[in-house]
Amino acid sequence: MERQADGIFEYAPAPESRAVVRLRPAYELFIDGEFVPAKSGEHMTTANPADEEPLAQVSVAGETDVDRAVTAARRAFEGVWGAMSGAERGKYLFRIARILQERARELAVLETLDNGKPIKETRDVDLPLVAAHFFYHAGWADKLDHAGMGPAPRPVGVAAQVIPWNFPLLMLAWKIAPALAAGNTVVLKPAETTPLSALVFAEICQEAELPPGVVNIVTGAGETGRALVGHPGADKVAFTGSTAVGREIARTVAGTGKRLTLELGGKGANIVYDDAALDQAVEGIVSGIFFNQGHVCCAGSRLLVQESAAEELLARLRARIERLRLGDPLDKNTDIGAINSAEQLERIRELARAGAEEGAESWSPDCPLPERGHWFPPTVFTGVTQAHRIAREEIFGPVLSVLTFRTPEEAVAKANNTPYGLSAGVWTEKGSRMLWTAERLRAGVIWSNTFNKFDPASPFGGYKESGYGREGGRHGLEAYLVHAA
Amino acid sequence: MSTPPEHPEPARAAAGGDSAATDDRQHSAPELHAEAAELAEPLGAGGAARPDRPGRPDTSAVPADAPAAERIPVRKTYKLYVGGAFPRSESGRCYPVTGSGGAHLANAALASRKDARDAVVAARSAFSGWAGRTAYNRGQILYRAAEMMEGRRAQFAAEVTDADGVDARRADALVSAAIDRWVYYAGWPDKIAQVLGAANPVSGPYFNLSRPEPTGVVAILAPPMAPLLGLVSVVAPVIATGNTAVVVASERAPLPAVTLAEVLATSDLPGGVVNILTGRAGELAPHLASHADVDGLDLTGADPGTAAELERSAAQTLKRVLRPGGGEDWLADPGTSRMTPFLETKTVWHPIGA
Repeated sequence: MERQADGIFEYAPAPESRAVVRLRPAYELFIDGEFVPAKSGEHMTTANPADEEPLAQVSVAGETDVDRAVTAARRAFEGVWGAMSGAERGKYLFRIARILQERARELAVLETLDNGKPIKETRDVDLPLVAAHFFYHAGWADKLDHAGMGPAPRPVGVAAQVIPWNFPLLMLAWKIAPALAAGNTVVLKPAETTPLSALVFAEICQEAELPPGVVNIVTGAGETGRALVGHPGADKVAFTGSTAVGREIARTVAGTGKRLTLELGGKGANIVYDDAALDQAVEGIVSGIFFNQGHVCCAGSRLLVQESAAEELLARLRARIERLRLGDPLDKNTDIGAINSAEQLERIRELARAGAEEGAESWSPDCPLPERGHWFPPTVFTGVTQAHRIAREEIFGPVLSVLTFRTPEEAVAKANNTPYGLSAGVWTEKGSRMLWTAERLRAGVIWSNTFNKFDPASPFGGYKESGYGREGGRHGLEAYLVHAA
Repeated sequence: MSTPPEHPEPARAAAGGDSAATDDRQHSAPELHAEAAELAEPLGAGGAARPDRPGRPDTSAVPADAPAAERIPVRKTYKLYVGGAFPRSESGRCYPVTGSGGAHLANAALASRKDARDAVVAARSAFSGWAGRTAYNRGQILYRAAEMMEGRRAQFAAEVTDADGVDARRADALVSAAIDRWVYYAGWPDKIAQVLGAANPVSGPYFNLSRPEPTGVVAILAPPMAPLLGLVSVVAPVIATGNTAVVVASERAPLPAVTLAEVLATSDLPGGVVNILTGRAGELAPHLASHADVDGLDLTGADPGTAAELERSAAQTLKRVLRPGGGEDWLADPGTSRMTPFLETKTVWHPIGA
């Protein structure tokens, strides 16, 4: 019946216009309030993962460039930004928030071009949250005495920040907004494959007349990041990315006295009890693993479903997944966009192969993939055991591993059986069971009867090897403040 | 050295007095246990293990009016405290502990890497139960520790004096402060979530609540120069919030730590919540710093020369690390700064709808 209906009401293409974005052929580093050529003389190309067409040339910052940026940040911290009252700092952040709202569509399209995620997500999730983050933190700038760290807490100094490619501008907002509100200055390195929205953010800093050196953007790959977090002039390091790189950074920072916060990988469990509202749970499972192609550190990548409900839930889940639309990220009806890079696609393929080889059963909807670009179909593995790699390792792609359980105790034990501890989900109509489960899950964010919700007022961050420190809310300010005592 | 076969938890029984116990009752307890054979251990040789300490109370001393020659004091064997029991080191090793004046005080167990592993296992096993206690109950148990210490003031004061050569007034002040520190932290378990938690006003129909939870197993290098007050000051905040601890006591002055273990063993603190190792910090700390089942590392007592290397080891499993501060004033108001490093913030979302 539904297939027939699809035939009658086929979607027409509904692409968002690219015209709103004015790409420059080449972007330079943003240091001390100006775009400047990299002394390294090196460049890299960033491409659209949906068609592999180059978008722009971007500078690669070398050690000298990083040093210039840190020096500029230090000068701004000790000069204009450090001397400014919280109320005035806050006004700059409000200004930035307003410009972000005004240029939201442009940034949403740009983000989709550079990242490959669907326009409906950049437009309805990333950009609104980016602006909200600046608004939220703008208001903190003159209220830090009330942040729970005693009277007159001080900023840490110069923050070195390195962010990933999965939410390029949102991760920038999570890093820069609290740092500036607390009175720090920053040098931020966006991800190698998604530098463009950070460079447009640099333009917004100019437009807001933010004093030079308060925000510096250095583009590049791993070497640039290493130079930044290892720079002796950085007082604080903040990193979001893989657990492997997080360990390396923690080692680098050890013994230096630098402050460190890490937001790393995850292998989130999404627990569905047999009394759950199954259709709602299906929506939550889909948003948990297929939102942003599963390129989400807090993805619900392990579905733990109570045995008695498994058959019915999986049937409904498959039916729902068959309705997902994969394709042109700029199309407003697209649910699943492109995988961000060839490298990431290979990682997903490798783990999916391992899942099949280790005996789990793979299922994907009948889903034609575009010929150009990097794509992976939504995939569900059943018959997964806890020993399988697809149950233990972060895939960071649209791949769901399904395990079953019989008792609440078993659900909690399996959910916690991972070195990660970033997120988890609980689906039940019984309040006491929800609270019982949430209390026992060793994870920093628990979504009950919902999933993948974010808000600037809500602290986000992990337990165990998912990192330490929180971003968002009053708790997130702690990373950027020194106790008065 | 030869080690006699293990005796069943003698010191736990030895510490069995309640807060009203007199010194007499406390040191009469060991006599109930047939530990006399242990008097033949090396520390007894020469008979000068505990120097004369005229003019102040001494739990090992005989009553002043008794002729000294008629009563041989019963000495304590200082052992490890692991999983609620008092084992010797599995290695069979011990090391001599000397007082501030260089006199031999006793032998302490020289814990091995295996003992450290056993302590981590004990702390891990105790974690969910301890974290799952009500905050009120944890507070009561910490207060009980204060009560138990109060009953042993004289013994602690003697050990602090032996270790640091401080005068009686100073020793008394340090012991008082240590007892009061338990009282201070006894009040925190049922308040910390109110101070550090939050109801978050998110932009949507969601209930959103953040609250602190314990990190897990925390390895603590206790400050070497503050063997009692420093020790209590680093252990109490870690367990008050629901963590469990593996503590490396002051290598130089481990005896107050073992006596503190006897206090904890009789304070209704579940076995394994606090595990105390005596021995070489240089031998034990690297192992604890890299141990995959340790979640947090308090380097307060770390040697400045090795702290960076320990922090690097801890990075492999992304442990929460409290770096050595240096120059701590253990008599100052501790605030929350020793609790927050070993707390995680958990945020729970739930939709609101009719």
